[in-house]
Parts: sequence; structure tokens; C-alpha cells
Amino acid sequence: MNIWNDLGIVYALLGAAVAVLFAGCGSAIGVGIAGQAASGVVTEDPSKFAKVLIIQLLPGTQGLYGLLVGFITLSKIGILGGGIADLSVTTGLLILAACLPVGIVGLLSGISQGKTAAAAIGIVAKKPEQFGKAMLFPAMVETYAILALLISFLAVNGIQV
Amino acid sequence: MSNTKYTYAVARIRALETSLLSDGDVEQLLACGTADQALQFITDKGWGDPASSADMDAVLKREEEKTWEVIRDVAPDISVFDVLSFPKLYHNLKAAVKEVCTEADNPRIFYDDCPIPGREMLEIIRNREFSRLPGTMSRTAAEAFDQLLHTRDGQLCDIIIDKAALEAIYEAGKRSGEKIIADYADTTVAIADIRIAVRSRKTGKSAEFMRSAMAECGSVNVEQLIRAALAGAEEIAQYLEGTSYAGGADALRESPSAFERWCDNRMIESLKPQKYETFSAGPLLAYLVARENEIKTVRIILTGKQNGFPEEAIRERVREMYV
Repeated sequence: MNIWNDLGIVYALLGAAVAVLFAGCGSAIGVGIAGQAASGVVTEDPSKFAKVLIIQLLPGTQGLYGLLVGFITLSKIGILGGGIADLSVTTGLLILAACLPVGIVGLLSGISQGKTAAAAIGIVAKKPEQFGKAMLFPAMVETYAILALLISFLAVNGIQV
Repeated sequence: MSNTKYTYAVARIRALETSLLSDGDVEQLLACGTADQALQFITDKGWGDPASSADMDAVLKREEEKTWEVIRDVAPDISVFDVLSFPKLYHNLKAAVKEVCTEADNPRIFYDDCPIPGREMLEIIRNREFSRLPGTMSRTAAEAFDQLLHTRDGQLCDIIIDKAALEAIYEAGKRSGEKIIADYADTTVAIADIRIAVRSRKTGKSAEFMRSAMAECGSVNVEQLIRAALAGAEEIAQYLEGTSYAGGADALRESPSAFERWCDNRMIESLKPQKYETFSAGPLLAYLVARENEIKTVRIILTGKQNGFPEEAIRERVREMYV
């Protein structure tokens, strides 16, 4: 396999990697930040475990979106399901570009959502009855991760291999 | 992610803030008929230990210890809170110097919940091992010790140590790198300077005396304050009107205790926005100050009731609560 002849598939695989890596990192950092706050609350009041766990998990979705786009990309280029497609450099770069939104937005929104979730855990610590409202603030950040997922999903699907 | 290092600490403090006394609790405490009922009320709220529930001093001391135990447990860098531990540290130094010089023995005058507890401080001073003290404290200790030994002037020793404490607090505030802590340190020093000016005015002290007792800070000009203090009490109030302590001028005209109360309330007011912070040391500082404030208020109410003070006299000294 000569890498210069197969740059198309390399770029396409790089796209899948970008989607999974960046979005995964965003979620890991976000869930980590929210987890620290959740631990702080549970140290003093273990009865709030279930509520803070739900909020802690909110920034975890970006990683799943990245994984989803990664899967679609891998099956599209034939790495999953056998028969690696013969991709031109242009198609490979198109797939890479299609994967960027979910990767980059996933990274940044994961971190932001983690911080918002940590602040929301503060609401649950002081006013547990306001759990519903506390959930909504970090959920707002989710909107932009979903938009990025949508565009990456449509773009990867729309590229003819 | 350096700006998230306080996430755990702040969340834990948030959970603890629910057990802070509210203004409503203070009202209930004031409504208690006797000191015993008031003590019962706060022990029912979880104050003190089961073993110490009948002794007011033990309950309040235990509460102070509990606060610092939490902060030591959660703070990523405890030196950020030097600003709050320095008063106790320097108090221990002062007590140890006096105890060694006068050869008295009174272990109850020391604080134990600070970086150098009473017994250790006493040992350092007794053995003249000043170099074991941190930073500029070693020089302060040596100077205060020599002065007291040679002049037997307790006030001079107090001034040396108190001024060093104020300077150390101001420096620690700047060093902490946290704006809220630097502001707190600045306000603490400024208010101490204003108190010195007011008391010096009453006792007719000289400009030289005030200069040796006051520490420099950002929000109050020491020289102008001294000039105002030499001119009269009204001039001090007028000077304050031109600073960020303008609200204190009226309190100062009313009475010294009203001014002290105003100082504490102003501090709590300035810390209230920390209730909405999630990623800084601010909420920890606010919690520490809020706890000190409520312990002070409970002490005022309990001692007031023990000594049969009328409710109005106690009420005018009661501080605002953080929550």
C-alpha cells in the first residue's frame, strides 16, 4: 500500500478520528469537571447522589455524537463491513471536513457544558427542589452539539463514495 | 484546566451553606428567653459536639475548628487563606511573647486551630528559636520580645505585633493571586487603620504613635487618616466620606459598636455575590467569613442573654447573615 496513492482513505479515517477524539475529549473533560462538583455535594449530602449523577452525565453526550459520526464514516469508507473503498484525495478531504463540526463543537461544548453542569450541581446542593430548572441550564449547551452532529451526519451521508 | 481546581471545594461549600444560620434563625435565637434555651437552640442545629453541648465556649470553639477543618480538607492551596489565619497566628505570637516575658502560665489564651498552635509557639519563643517562624514573623517576634523584655511596655509589644500582622495580611492578600482575597485583605487592614484612628483620637495619641501602629493599604491613605484623627472625630468621619467606606461615616458618628457592626455587615455584603461563583476561591473565603460572622453573632447573643442585657441592646450588635 503506497500512502501517496491512498491519501483519500487516510484523510477519511483522519476525519473519523477527529470526530471521536475531539468530541470524546470534550465529554471526558466536561464529565470530569461536573464529577468534581458532584463529589463535593455527595461528600456532605449523599442523599443527592441520583440527582447530581444525572447532571454530571449531561456533558457525556458529545462523546456519543462523535462516536456515531465515527461509525458512520467507518462504514461509509468500508473499514467496517469489509471492502475498503477506493477514495480520491478530494473525497477523503470532504469526509474529513464533514467530521470537523462534531469534533470541534463537541470538544468546546463538552467543556462548557461541564462547567455549566458544575454550577447547576450547586443549585441542587442548595435547592434540591429546583432540580428541573438546574437540569435545563446545561441542557441548553447541548443544542449546539446536536446542531453540529446534524451537519456532520448529513455531510458524511451526502458524500458519494 | 487550572480555573476548575476549586470545583470540588465550591460544590462542597454549597452543600454546607445550607446549614448556615439565616436571619430568621438569628431572630429565633434572639427570641429565646434564657441563655440556656439559646444554647439548646444552636446545639439542636448541630453546633458543637455531643460532649461539649452544655458549655458555650466549647461549642463556639468547636464550630470555629470545624470550619477550618473543612477548608483545610477542600482547599487545593491553603496558603490562599493565610489572610484569615494570620490574625490567630499573630495572636498566638503576642500571647507567647507576653507569657514568656512575664513568666505567667495560661494555656487558655492560645488558639489551636492555626498554622502554629499555642504550645508550639510558646516553645519557639521560650527557646528563642525565632527562625522557625515563617517569613517576616521571625523578625517581628525578635523585636517584640526584646522590646517587652527591655521596656516592659506591653502596648509597644502589641503595636509591633499588630502592625506586622496587618502588613502580613495585606501581603498575603496580594500574594494569593485571587482578587476577592486581595480585596478582603485590603478592607481588613483599612478597617483596622480606621479603628486605630478612632481609638487614638479618643485617647489623645500622637501622630507618631498612629504612624507606628497603622499599616499601609490601598483603600485608605494612612497620612490623611492620621491628619484627620489629630483634627477630631468629625474629621475622621468626613475623611471616610471621600473613601469607599463612606457608609461607615454615619455609623461612626452613631457609636463605636455601630461602626464595628457596619464593618462586619459591609464585609458580608461585599461577599454575597460569591454565592453565584463556581470556579474560584471566593466562595470558600465567603464561607469562612460567614462562619466567623455567625459564630461572633451567636456569641454576642449568648453572652448578652447570660448577662441579662435587654433584647434591644443585643439586637443593635447582631450582624447580618450571609444566607
